[in-house]
Amino acid sequence: MLARIKEFLGMESKPSDAGEVVSKEEVEKVAEEKPKPKIGYIHLSGCTGDVMSLSENYDILAPLLTEMVDIVYGQTLVDRWDIPEMDIALVEGSVCLQDEHSLHEIKEVREKAGLVVAFGSCAATGCFTRYSRGGQQAQPAHESFVPIADVVNVDLSIPGCPPSPEIIAKTVVAVLNNDMDYLQPMMDLVGYTEACGCDLQLKIVNQALCIGCGTCAMACQTRALDMTDGRPELNSDRCVKCGVCYIQCPRSWWPMERIKKDTGL
Amino acid sequence: MVLGTYKEALSARSTDKQIQKISQDGGIVTALLSFALDEKIIDGAVVAGPGKNMWKPEPMVAMTSDEILAAAGTKYTFSPNVWALKEAVRQYGLEKVGTVAIPCQTMGIRKMQSYPFGVRFVADKIALLIGVYCMENFPFESLRTFISEKMGVSPDLVEKMDIGKGKFWVYTADEELSIPLKETHGYEQNGCNVCLDYVAELADVSTGSVGSPDGWSTVLTRTDAGESVFKLAVDAGLIETKPMENVKPGMGLLEKLATDKKTKNQKTIDDRIAMGLPVPYKASTEKEDPLANY
Ligand SMILES: Cc1cc2nc3c(=O)[nH]c(=O)nc-3n(C[C@H](O)[C@H](O)[C@H](O)COP(=O)(O)OP(=O)(O)OC[C@H]3O[C@@H](n4cnc5c(N)ncnc54)[C@H](O)[C@@H]3O)c2cc1C
Ligand code: SF4
Ligand code: SF4
Ligand code: SF4
Repeated sequence: MLARIKEFLGMESKPSDAGEVVSKEEVEKVAEEKPKPKIGYIHLSGCTGDVMSLSENYDILAPLLTEMVDIVYGQTLVDRWDIPEMDIALVEGSVCLQDEHSLHEIKEVREKAGLVVAFGSCAATGCFTRYSRGGQQAQPAHESFVPIADVVNVDLSIPGCPPSPEIIAKTVVAVLNNDMDYLQPMMDLVGYTEACGCDLQLKIVNQALCIGCGTCAMACQTRALDMTDGRPELNSDRCVKCGVCYIQCPRSWWPMERIKKDTGL
Repeated sequence: MVLGTYKEALSARSTDKQIQKISQDGGIVTALLSFALDEKIIDGAVVAGPGKNMWKPEPMVAMTSDEILAAAGTKYTFSPNVWALKEAVRQYGLEKVGTVAIPCQTMGIRKMQSYPFGVRFVADKIALLIGVYCMENFPFESLRTFISEKMGVSPDLVEKMDIGKGKFWVYTADEELSIPLKETHGYEQNGCNVCLDYVAELADVSTGSVGSPDGWSTVLTRTDAGESVFKLAVDAGLIETKPMENVKPGMGLLEKLATDKKTKNQKTIDDRIAMGLPVPYKASTEKEDPLANY
């Protein structure tokens, strides 16, 4: 089963040496022997786009959700009010500091979950909820929305508005697989909570690193970026602070080992 | 491995007279993309198409061989081709996209494929990635400045530009001018000075002029996809090849230039790290292979 999912995702590009084959068998063994990981889905202040992206993995979702993991908590997914113990908590949405219930919920999730995953840009970077300034019905006092890492310790961060179905599937497989190398950048991204399209200017162009490749503008999910004279140009009115442009830039971090593994080169 | 992982190295050129006439070197990029389009290996390609200003290219989604042909020739300034990949998939609805990329663009594409954070269903549609060798790239104003001021000719009159034999060349209808590459140093974009990839190490197939005689290209086939399309094009008679051992200056020069670039730029990386400036690569002291691209 895992092999099928990995094949679908192109993760098993080429078993280039014996080591790879062994690890694949190991993975299947682990998947069979280990109890299924318990996963919960926690919905804070987000638009439900992230869970929709998750469910867009329909090709592999049924076996993934029924055979490989146990969903133990989640609105509309599980009929349950109290938060149980779980291995992985996928948290969508930012935390509203004026909403006592959200603060309580995220703290309880932290206590009950092995891994807390900031799932989607609202949870990871604050994303468009960063622009909130209150004054809206039905809760006019709700004005401060922060990424969950501002309030609790987070283990993995998967930004994206929403994250692509592929990165979700790859991450879930990597977690099941204990593939820490793949997950490392997502652990590193936990600290990246003040994202903005202007990061390209500050951290790449100003630092003499930009090479005008256009990856950032391709990745921007809101078309906030143009390429002008070979450099990204931000239309800040369109930017939702998802952080994806900077994260996809080949000059922010560079996962050569993984790329070599994926391409077989 | 200074040239990255590759299956085969060959000297090659397109057998098509029209491609030979307007392409930069052996016309490998144009020949392979058109062939892949004809054979439905790809259903469109992102190329550095002609912009409003002849030497200032713009990424273009080419849907026909004619459009691919119209983009032939090297423009020594930015064409953010990666930008147009999403357009090719979304607006043009392509399922199998071909593209041409300089090494840094190849790196952007491969990173996006391995970690497609916010990039939905584009990664799996890249069917053919042709990489071209690259020592450096110039901002458009740099290019204009040294061509008009140092070479004394209006860029508008220039019909072809080339780098070779240690010089930067421009060709007009009736003149052939050159300056030593030394004189263009300092005009290149700064980001190139930390670049460790000369030969597009992560492409499906890489090509460039260095190593082969004028009018020919040096080709490195890398992935199964790259090898397969190249072999098919050779079998179809669209590309002719010679073993690298039989051509001058040969692999030695390619290896030398790739090593020079990596050594020089690794030093810049080390200096940056010593100053506390960010750079996504490792210091030489942390690397097992000083010539590796990380
Ligand atoms: C900035 C730059 C620096 C280079 N430096 C070297 C070098 O040091 N040594 C070496 O051997 N070769 C170098 N090359 C590669 C070489 O100039 C040719 O592009 C290569 O040999 C392909 O020739 P061809 O006849 O097969 O391609 P053609 O059939 O002429 O097609 C060229 C293709 O390149 C694309 N292209 C043109 N300009 C750009 C651009 N700026 N960015 C992205 N794509 C572009 C076009 O869309 C076209 O599809 C460089 C190329 C560039 C763009
Ligand atoms: S992705 Fe990074 S290097 Fe490429 S154009 Fe954008 S900022 Fe520049
Ligand atoms: S520019 Fe685009 S990708 Fe970058 S943070 Fe803003 S919305 Fe996100
Ligand atoms: S030298 Fe490197 S960074 Fe500069 S344009 Fe060429 S491939 Fe890109």
